[in-house]
Amino acid sequence: MSDTGRGWGFVAPALLWTVGLFVVPFAVMAAMSLARLEGRDLVWGVDWGNYAQLAKPQIARAVLVSLEITLTVTAVSVLLAYPLAAIIAFRVPPRWQRLALLLAVLPFWTSYVVRSYSWLLVLSKQGVVNQALLGLGLVAEPLTLANTRFATVTGFVHFFTMLLTLTIYANLMQLPRNYARAAQDLGANGWQTFRHVILPLTLPGVVTGAFLTFVLCIGDYVTPQILGGNNELSLPQVIMVQLGRRADFPLASALSIVLMGLVMLAYLLCARWLRLDRV
Amino acid sequence: MSVTDRALLSTALLAALPGIAPAQELNALVWCDHTDPALVEPFEEAHGVTVNLREYEGTGAALAMLEQSQPGDWDVLVIDSIDVPRVVDAGLMAELPADQLPLGDLFPEVVMADSTTRDGRIYAVTEKFGYNTVSFNSDAVDPADMQDMSKILSDKYAGRVAIYDYYLPVMGLAAVNLGLNTADLTEADLPALRDELLRMKSLASSVGEVTASQTALATGEADIVIGGGEWLTAGLAGEQPELTWTIPDKGAVRWAQSIGVLADSQNKDLATEFVKYILSPEGQARLATSSCYWGMPANRKAGDILTGEQKATLRWDEQDDYLARAQLYPAPDADLDARMQDVWLEMLQQ
Repeated sequence: MSDTGRGWGFVAPALLWTVGLFVVPFAVMAAMSLARLEGRDLVWGVDWGNYAQLAKPQIARAVLVSLEITLTVTAVSVLLAYPLAAIIAFRVPPRWQRLALLLAVLPFWTSYVVRSYSWLLVLSKQGVVNQALLGLGLVAEPLTLANTRFATVTGFVHFFTMLLTLTIYANLMQLPRNYARAAQDLGANGWQTFRHVILPLTLPGVVTGAFLTFVLCIGDYVTPQILGGNNELSLPQVIMVQLGRRADFPLASALSIVLMGLVMLAYLLCARWLRLDRV
Repeated sequence: MSVTDRALLSTALLAALPGIAPAQELNALVWCDHTDPALVEPFEEAHGVTVNLREYEGTGAALAMLEQSQPGDWDVLVIDSIDVPRVVDAGLMAELPADQLPLGDLFPEVVMADSTTRDGRIYAVTEKFGYNTVSFNSDAVDPADMQDMSKILSDKYAGRVAIYDYYLPVMGLAAVNLGLNTADLTEADLPALRDELLRMKSLASSVGEVTASQTALATGEADIVIGGGEWLTAGLAGEQPELTWTIPDKGAVRWAQSIGVLADSQNKDLATEFVKYILSPEGQARLATSSCYWGMPANRKAGDILTGEQKATLRWDEQDDYLARAQLYPAPDADLDARMQDVWLEMLQQ
């Protein structure tokens, strides 16, 4: 067998996997997004009407809500995960680091849905947070925490902080300790060492983790559905509404393509910033 | 004899032995109340079969599953009664043997022959019904207020209201409160319905599906659930008897679910037996008190099986009054359905 043949043989499984499970379904979804419902019947064709529905205020707002929640979650998760990863990497003795990481990923052991409902109970008026605040005399009336954007962001941040901690920790551990020592030998204090040496060198890992967070968060349906109380709808929630009773697959497909477009945009921004094309 | 021959012979002998042939299987697309083992296991044991249940939410999702399946994959369908014409007209349902079904024992108001029959042939039977009305915590609100929707939708209960997340029953309830007939709704009624929904939303703390609504009421996050009913609170009555429900003076809307055999089923006889079991007094009593949600059995004879306590929770003795005061929730055509969903989305995004 020629080298070319062997090469195709090696890539064939991955290629078939990608074509079968991504390219073909994506093509079907793209075609579906240009179809339309006439009454309850699906009519194939090229109709951009589904995309025009983005102009409807309730759908445009869903895009905005998704972006606002996702950007907030990504920023808060990075701000929490970086110090946590740094503490585990630099402050925790090596023999305890595995245990610390284990504790950090412990929430992953619980079902995603169960964890979301648990947060609903924790944040409810009778929940732990409100009862503690009332008990300490910090508030006179229970705060409205559940069924809000705050609850949605909290549920997300709980999950993504752990995910980001792992990616940033891996990045920090790959960083030779000599870089920091060299900076300090040259007179840099702790903050300057972090600001000018450690942070720039770990930023690619942070951006990669942030991109992962963005992708998983913007496409998530469960957390906003359970914790947001439907007081505002994200894009995945609006997509699900189209499917539940009316089976409007064309509109759901068009909105899914828009969702993918947002992810692609985020990827291009990250890739451009990281200059992945040079890697 | 070669190894292959011996293997083939062994397989043939094993297949010939009585009792070890694979059990017959029935595949049913259902609502969550059918997944209660207490309901299905007696049928499986009586017939020596396995019933595979697939739960779905929303008729659209069920139709998508049927479309993506091979003909014959599914035998039984449980569906929202207002959507029975949708599946019958699509040729998805098989005719049922009317003479073998307890049609005469059903509450007359829930038979819905216009939806379930075509040219004198029956394609589905109502199996369970209930109400989308008002559930509340009787310790936290004045029960007398719950008879009047204008009092529920007042500043007195601002922030203490949750709304059930399904646009048809809640818009139906809004229509009833506006004095409209749910069966005659048109696009011209939507502005008034929209205003009523926005009024509800302005006072609501959340809009949630079944579990979220139950959680809201049980945890005190909300004291009232608009669109709730026996299906929301009956299952909690044992632990929290203060959670209850009522039908306001102006009325409420009625929901109903139906069961039928799919036209492409390869197990029509067994599927029909399953439908007959579900409609029997025993099956109906188990379905009515399913662990997922309770509801009134369509067959009145289930009353002989249900305990006094269960009947009290279901308000068995008040059904004549309730049925007289409840309208079926809206069954819009495709265009009105789309407009109603738009109004619902607008309400959610406020």
